[in-house]
Amino acid sequence: MIEVREVIQDVNGRQVLKGVSFTFQKDRMYGIIGPNGVGKSTLLHLLSGVDRPKQGEVLLSGRPLTSYPRKMIAKQMAVLQQNGLPPVGFTVREVVSMGRYPYQNWLGSEDEDSVKLVEESLVAMGLKELELRTMDQLSGGERQRVALAKLMAQGPAILLLDEPTTYLDIGFQSQLMDTVRAWQRKSGLTVIAVLHDLNLAALYCDELVVLHQGKIEAAGTPQQVLTTSLIEQVYETKTTVISHPITGVPQMMLQPNFKG
Amino acid sequence: MLLLAVSIVVSLTIGSSGISVRDVWGILLHQLPLFSKEAGSYSAGEIAIVTQVRLSRVLLAVLVGACLALAGTGFQGVLRNPLADPYTLGVASGSSVGAAFIILFGLQAAMGMWTIPIVAFATGMATLLGVFWLANHKGVIHMETLILSGVILQSFLGAFVSFMVSMSDGIVNQILFWLMGSLAMRGWDHVYMLIPFLLIGLPLLLAYGRPLNLFVLGERHAAHLGIHVEQTKLIVLIGSTLLTAAAVSVSGVIGFVGLVVPHLIRLLVGPDYRLITPLSAIGGGIFVLWADTVARIALTPKEIPLGVVTALIGAPFFAYLLHRRKKGQGGAL
Repeated sequence: MIEVREVIQDVNGRQVLKGVSFTFQKDRMYGIIGPNGVGKSTLLHLLSGVDRPKQGEVLLSGRPLTSYPRKMIAKQMAVLQQNGLPPVGFTVREVVSMGRYPYQNWLGSEDEDSVKLVEESLVAMGLKELELRTMDQLSGGERQRVALAKLMAQGPAILLLDEPTTYLDIGFQSQLMDTVRAWQRKSGLTVIAVLHDLNLAALYCDELVVLHQGKIEAAGTPQQVLTTSLIEQVYETKTTVISHPITGVPQMMLQPNFKG
Repeated sequence: MLLLAVSIVVSLTIGSSGISVRDVWGILLHQLPLFSKEAGSYSAGEIAIVTQVRLSRVLLAVLVGACLALAGTGFQGVLRNPLADPYTLGVASGSSVGAAFIILFGLQAAMGMWTIPIVAFATGMATLLGVFWLANHKGVIHMETLILSGVILQSFLGAFVSFMVSMSDGIVNQILFWLMGSLAMRGWDHVYMLIPFLLIGLPLLLAYGRPLNLFVLGERHAAHLGIHVEQTKLIVLIGSTLLTAAAVSVSGVIGFVGLVVPHLIRLLVGPDYRLITPLSAIGGGIFVLWADTVARIALTPKEIPLGVVTALIGAPFFAYLLHRRKKGQGGAL
């Protein structure tokens, strides 16, 4: 579906990605994990087409991403950012409708029935009652739901998530991930999520991609990837891995390491 | 729109030579081909005052206001900075240097009445190029750097203007008056000069209404929705600058319009640029028209500089709206 080939990328003069190749398949949910500053978000920016790699290329359905017009990319791919949407004066419905931008001509009209799609997105995210509120009247968690509804209205085949749960409490975190996972299953999306929380990644992703020192250190199912030795090698910390009592996926437990 | 029409008529009527409302209307109607058959019972002087002096000045006020407010909308939309206005990127200072230079050395007659407008326009655009050159870093222009470059060039050129003002004992007033903005002693030619800029600038900014709405969410969000971010910024900035330079070159530096009118409209109708852009053009027209009307009649036969009036009316009104808004719901601008 979407593929990176030998990409090399600098950030502020430092080489962050040193030749990364990977193919993301359709109808799978991927988690990109790794320590701070390893280039997880940098990789996501390359995948989204907003930044271009210094070397190597990104292929969407076998064609270089750079050969697509901007709006065509936006129809295929939607991005949920870490910092969410700002508290602006637009209403929830107006913001969700903005997801239709790539489908509109310069007059703002489009062929498909956008009102219905926007309506469905609002209902799916439980925002129907809030639709006439303005964004500056909502909480951070609610704004993140609006952001997700906007992506739904955008109707993508690929969903990129950049640490979507960073500023949310655990209630909103699992709610958001549940919604994304349900949507992914229903529509057969490719989801690529940069995640900080290894346990959350193991709970929701089909496959994990571990970045370490500018390269892919390991990739595979959570069971294959999340081992005590790999975690110690990449994060330089000791952990105990246990199996989740209900789902059976691996979960990480930290071990304190101090004397006194 | 209606308010604009009413303002135009009322403002046409008010003036130092005391022609009645009925007569103004009569004279105007007689200019239209349909009514021109009826014998005019007005003196040639009255006709000249209405059609030559007042009508052109009123229209010029409306056009200058529209240009400045539109440009302000564009600048605020792209720079996403509430303090941005048409002069943020130093265009006005550039124009001022050119105009002050011409006045100081008495070169007004070099190209006829057009000397100051042409030179001011050229130096304004040159300043913009300078700002872009300063802010350009490997093909990418960051908005913060752009604003800073504008501020730097503005103070640098401002120093030149002050220097020229201080060098010219006898004609200090002339430069200062130009700097403070005025619509006195202009004519139909100035109106005709502004029209093409408005005809290009208005549709351009209207067409960019939806992209500017997405900019409100942030540049990355806009990019993810399929917008060419750099290209959009450049086009809107250049369009807004052309409008600014055109307005400044005919009227001098009229402050406050481009900053406050878009904010006023935003407070009234919300954040949607599809509404803000056209309403700012109309609102700017009305605002400058009234300011100019006050400027020419308040202390007749003396005229108050227009820039002084816009600030005197605009600032308290804006403060009042902000205050009311704060009490109402406490939203951000």
